[in-house]
Amino acid sequence: MKELKVQPIKDGTVIDHIPPGNAFKVLKILGITESLPDSVISIAINVVGKRGKKDIVKIENRELKAEEVDKIALIAPNATINIIRNYEVVEKRRVEVPDEIVGIVKCPNPNCISNTKEPIKTRFIVKSRQPLKIKCYYCEREPEDISSLIM
Amino acid sequence: MNFKGRDVISIKDFSREEILYILDVAEKMLPIAEGKKKSNLLNGYIMASLFFEPSTRTRLSFEAAMKRLGGNVIGFAQPGTTSLQKGETLADTIKTAESYCDVIVMRHPKEGSARMAAKFASVPIINGGDGAGHHPTQCLLDLFTIRKEKGQIEGNRVALLGDLKYGRTVHSLAYALALFKVDMVFISPPELQMPKEVIEECREMGANITIKNSLEGLDEIDVLYVTRIQKERFPDPEEYKKVAGSYRIDLKTLENVKEDMIIMHPLPRVDEISPEVDETKHAAYFRQTFNGVPVRMALLALVLGEIK
Repeated sequence: MKELKVQPIKDGTVIDHIPPGNAFKVLKILGITESLPDSVISIAINVVGKRGKKDIVKIENRELKAEEVDKIALIAPNATINIIRNYEVVEKRRVEVPDEIVGIVKCPNPNCISNTKEPIKTRFIVKSRQPLKIKCYYCEREPEDISSLIM
Repeated sequence: MNFKGRDVISIKDFSREEILYILDVAEKMLPIAEGKKKSNLLNGYIMASLFFEPSTRTRLSFEAAMKRLGGNVIGFAQPGTTSLQKGETLADTIKTAESYCDVIVMRHPKEGSARMAAKFASVPIINGGDGAGHHPTQCLLDLFTIRKEKGQIEGNRVALLGDLKYGRTVHSLAYALALFKVDMVFISPPELQMPKEVIEECREMGANITIKNSLEGLDEIDVLYVTRIQKERFPDPEEYKKVAGSYRIDLKTLENVKEDMIIMHPLPRVDEISPEVDETKHAAYFRQTFNGVPVRMALLALVLGEIK
């Protein structure tokens, strides 16, 4: 008997190919549990797909915007964002780590000028995508646990 | 080579050729820096000297450099006398200062402050130290000193001694020496070792690096660059005393060194070099301090476009 582990959704966003174990982090980055208290969100962890294990997040009635996709790219660089309307995939976007990450990651250096009241956004230069390595444009600190620094 | 309008934020913003060019210009500035020759090269220009943190050598030598070239200086040495005290941002202070001057020299306690200032200013920004970040003019004067004392930068074996973990000058200097493929020995207590990234970067650039925890082997060294080991890095004052004592340079540690080995220090020193060493031919640190003037003269003349 065929058993559907996660039901298809009518409208919304499916984030596929999240590295296994990172689904909750994706939700945290999106801040969706607070911003959409009535939305139905399904999470599948360690799903066995063609390319090994992965996590999947399905958010009903919410289409992700581009700047949110950028945020996800930092912890799930190979994720795909599927926009669903009336059970059909109408748009499929690949997330890509941009050359520069502006206003998304906080610099871990407490003495960095970007952690003061100056009128600037945090800015990181992407040094490598695989593995992801970024460097603060201002103080040149290279943070290790990037996902914990997402604002 | 055209430096007009360029910011001087980090030594990494300059190529090996550009560094050598700056040192050549500094060489020509020597008679003016020594007061033997008069100059009006920067007559009519104003340098704003914005020191948000205390400094003796950097501030005074920049001001001397500007005045030796006939330029004027405005600014402050204490942020307590400015609107920063009222909560003004650095960005606003920079935008204000740039409307009064042609070049800004600044020191600020936050890392990345000079890089940010450069974004807001249309006049060149010269970084005189940004927290634990960069201090490019110190690095240039160190290179100038090595070249002047030893004839050239390449071919020397340079030992960097002391606090190599937190010392901002030694990270930039190690990088710059690696540009010249200089052999380097990093000597420090294990807890104050040169950061791994710096070591890897220097090796990738083709420099030969040796890491040591003791003063043994000084007889092979051409340039000994000493830095201060700060008390606050050690939770236990007794431990600090023990560590600092074992890296102290005195006449005894210099017994077997090369005749022409030079000792450098960015100063201020506390007791890492015994005063008796000052009288030896090895002591180059006060000449090094003077070299800040011709190097900073060269930078000012270059970024203001009066020397091309």
